[in-house]
Amino acid sequence: MVLVYFGLMLLLSALAYYLGRGQASSLPRPLAALPTYHGARLALFAFFPMLGLFILWEAIVPRLLMSRAISSLPTDLQPADALSLSARTRELLAVVNGTPSADISETVRAAGQALASNLSMAGMILLVLGLAVAGAGVFWAKSQITQQLRARHTVEGTVNWLLIACSAIAILTTLGIVMSVVFETFQFFTKVSPVDFLFGTKWSPQTAIREDQVGSSGAFGFIPLFIGTLVVMIVAMCVAAPIGLFSAIYMAEYATPRVRAFAKPVLEILAGIPTVVYGFFAALTVAPLVRDIGRAAGFDVSSESALAAGIVMGVMITPFISSLADDVINAVPQAMRDGSYAMGATKSETVKKVVLPAALPGIVAAIMLAISKAIGETMIVVMAAGLAANLTLNPLNSVTTITVQIATMLVGDQEFDSAKTLSAFALGFVLFIFTLGLNIIALHIAKKYKEQYD
Amino acid sequence: MTEIAATAAHSMSAAESAAARRLRKRYAAEWRFRAYGVAALIIAALFIVALLSDVVVKSVSAFTQTRVTLDVPVSAETIDPEGKRDPQTLLTADYTALLRDALREKFPTVTSRNDRRALNGLLSSGASEDLQKRVVADPALIGTTVKTTALLSDDADLFVKGRVTAIETEQGTGSATVSGMDGDVTIVSTNKDFADALASVKRSLASQASALLAEADRVADNARSTTGDEKTALDAKIAELRAQVAVLNARFAAAGAPESVDAEEPTTLVKINGGVVRATEISATEIKGTTMVPLTSADAAAAGTWKIETLAVPEASRRVSDQEAVFLSVLSDQGLIAKNFNWSFFSRGDSREPELAGVLGGLVGSLLTMFVTLVLSLPIGVLAAIYLEEFAPKNRWTEFVEVNINNLAAVPSIVFGLLGLAVFLNFFGMPRSAPIVGGLVIALMALPTIIIASRAAIRAVPPSIREAALGVGASHQQAVFHHVLPLAMPGIMTGTIIAMAHSLGETAPLIMIGMVAFVVDIPSGFTQAASVLPVQIFSWADLPEIAFQAKTAAAILVLLVFLFLMNAVAIVLRRRFERRW
Repeated sequence: MVLVYFGLMLLLSALAYYLGRGQASSLPRPLAALPTYHGARLALFAFFPMLGLFILWEAIVPRLLMSRAISSLPTDLQPADALSLSARTRELLAVVNGTPSADISETVRAAGQALASNLSMAGMILLVLGLAVAGAGVFWAKSQITQQLRARHTVEGTVNWLLIACSAIAILTTLGIVMSVVFETFQFFTKVSPVDFLFGTKWSPQTAIREDQVGSSGAFGFIPLFIGTLVVMIVAMCVAAPIGLFSAIYMAEYATPRVRAFAKPVLEILAGIPTVVYGFFAALTVAPLVRDIGRAAGFDVSSESALAAGIVMGVMITPFISSLADDVINAVPQAMRDGSYAMGATKSETVKKVVLPAALPGIVAAIMLAISKAIGETMIVVMAAGLAANLTLNPLNSVTTITVQIATMLVGDQEFDSAKTLSAFALGFVLFIFTLGLNIIALHIAKKYKEQYD
Repeated sequence: MTEIAATAAHSMSAAESAAARRLRKRYAAEWRFRAYGVAALIIAALFIVALLSDVVVKSVSAFTQTRVTLDVPVSAETIDPEGKRDPQTLLTADYTALLRDALREKFPTVTSRNDRRALNGLLSSGASEDLQKRVVADPALIGTTVKTTALLSDDADLFVKGRVTAIETEQGTGSATVSGMDGDVTIVSTNKDFADALASVKRSLASQASALLAEADRVADNARSTTGDEKTALDAKIAELRAQVAVLNARFAAAGAPESVDAEEPTTLVKINGGVVRATEISATEIKGTTMVPLTSADAAAAGTWKIETLAVPEASRRVSDQEAVFLSVLSDQGLIAKNFNWSFFSRGDSREPELAGVLGGLVGSLLTMFVTLVLSLPIGVLAAIYLEEFAPKNRWTEFVEVNINNLAAVPSIVFGLLGLAVFLNFFGMPRSAPIVGGLVIALMALPTIIIASRAAIRAVPPSIREAALGVGASHQQAVFHHVLPLAMPGIMTGTIIAMAHSLGETAPLIMIGMVAFVVDIPSGFTQAASVLPVQIFSWADLPEIAFQAKTAAAILVLLVFLFLMNAVAIVLRRRFERRW
């Protein structure tokens, strides 16, 4: 139905375009606007009324019909609380979609079928209304077409608003992220105190499933996850920072075009490999390797050690650091290098004493962005790090991270009122704040010191 | 005078050598610094090589499948007892039973329930597909004998590919006498033909001993921190373990002494006179064993007509029992088992049976998701870029938008998953696991990348183009849409393709919105439950069956091939259309 509606919308717009253009072409010259603009203007008058009607209709009518369907149920099936309301809604929707579960009661099935027929009826009405609205819009706009009508202004004004709307989607997205995590996080904090969350040292959300159990409140101490994330991140940075920086320096200062032609694709391939592939490699190859090497050397290495996940994550981040660092090193003016060479400095001395200090703000910013990427990386740790929230700084142990907990808690069906599910959003909120903060600081550093040497 | 000159020369040379030393040191530092750079690049390159070769090596066995050729009498009683040739009946009939009967024909002596189950277990649960398709297409085949190939189960498949255990085959060099044709038999060779098998059993005893010793040490470690009853129990256990170790070591030390073989040691099979005997006791010249397949005669076998097979991995630590191994080995000796290219890997959806699982479902899901992403993010991204680059006034609002875009590019992908879950699924009530929701979420993630790339492409178009258009009377929008945008298009397309390639590998946010669900059917619409290729890789990597490891690696290869193609297109576009002004 939706597809038919949108197809019709486009068809009518196209029709309106040809109608408007044809009419404007038959007017005596000179025209205030080209015929194509008259056509486009008419198309807009078909398109936007239909789109507006659709949005309005979809926002109101299905909900209305759903609530009517639920209130039409006999009293013993009436939902008592929000939870059973959503369950009932799901059942009805399943009937509408033709995928009801087998154990559904006959009355609900009947109500669902009634709802389905109501919905399809509503769809037909929407189609007719849409046609009417578009027709009226086009009819009115067509009657306005004269020699003097400045159709281009209407069209360009609309296009301008469209452009603004498109660029505002970024803001809407940010808003959506903030709203969704903040809202659920507040709900979480009505169940678990923020102090327990931020400073608790025990994380075991699994016990919170049944209310009547001992310890049913679960433990939502964030510290072990934070430490775990930190350990993996530090291991990753120990790999990524030296490799990334040295390859960037080499590429920018030493590499001949032939070496660049080889090295650049290497780093681009590393950047292009999906994280799930890194995760597979970390879990099935690197982790057993690290464990065996560790055991051979007499250490007790967990088979899901933070070290293995960290090393692979470090390699994943390497191209990120190297490309950012490459940019800032190349931005250092050549005159400064020439000055240093003129004093008799070798290339490495120039790099160490002139180029790197000049590029330092940019490099620091690059490393901070890399840290933010390491903290937010999910697939490698989900596949290669553990689930047990151990409070340890030893990278040979198994640790868990913020992202692992978010992912594992939200896989599969969830109840949206248990502290366990909501804690994932609280963790998401923390993650968002962390990465946003690192990002803002990094951009600030890069911006503040950028102009210094130019 | 000469003295002075000499000291001057001397001090000069001293200074020179100090300078030379310093210079050498500086050059060494220079060399070291360069070496670090080269080493960093080499490490990165080696990592890629390791990763790719690991994936390729692991994936190889997934690209072939093993089938057994069987002559199946298609009996009308089983397939179509009513004789109506009703297509529905034919479609749902039990073809697997026919295949099992045909397979049992190959081993007429197999009667025990367990052996029959082992024999049936060799066939995949989807083995009958070929036969079913042919009979449904041509009902005239009912009542005739059809030559068909049946897919082997994953364990049998791995065994045939040699992934379960290494098999060492030796020809008998002496002439062998057999004590019987069935039951427990003794085989005596005139040569020391069984010495190698004996040695491998001894080796396995030694490694068992060292494993037990390690366990004893571990228990001893634990015992140290316990007291009372617990400690006595642990001590007793340690003593027991040590005693076992001593026994094993004694057996190992007695080289050449006969050895009994059980499931903990490598299996030795003797194929003689058309039958197979599994050794239960080995000495250098003699084997006592049970017949797995009865012999056809009890005559002495001449040298070279019989052989010994040693399965290196003990029965207890592999998933294919000795009985199954013997069945497979006999079938393969008859030339009935063939490996061929696994086309069905590319034409099937997901399955819990590794030999039946394919990537098509994930591929189609990825395609649908990417379509939604492209349709949404490309126009919105380009329009936003045009606004920000060409029309936006320099004010707070514009700056706010730009800061937002830059920040969104750095938001972790899993947070976008939370957004999709909370907003699209819970608030708007969109269906779980659907490509449309996945596409929406990924589109939001790809948007900043596309905007940034498009802005760079638009900025690269020189102002003279714009000014010339404006100069001949075009409006600002006409100048942009008719002149600047077409010239920026190659750059925009390149950026978009690279953003799409990144989106194709995106996993975490799609897990959040339920695309990790197990979906068997190939999705056919945007609102149907679907999985995508990277999520399928993720869920396969988690499965315990060993055969899925190869499947996962193969799916990764498919994903990488697609990424490679997309990037290649982007590079070609860049090379062909990029202009320097």
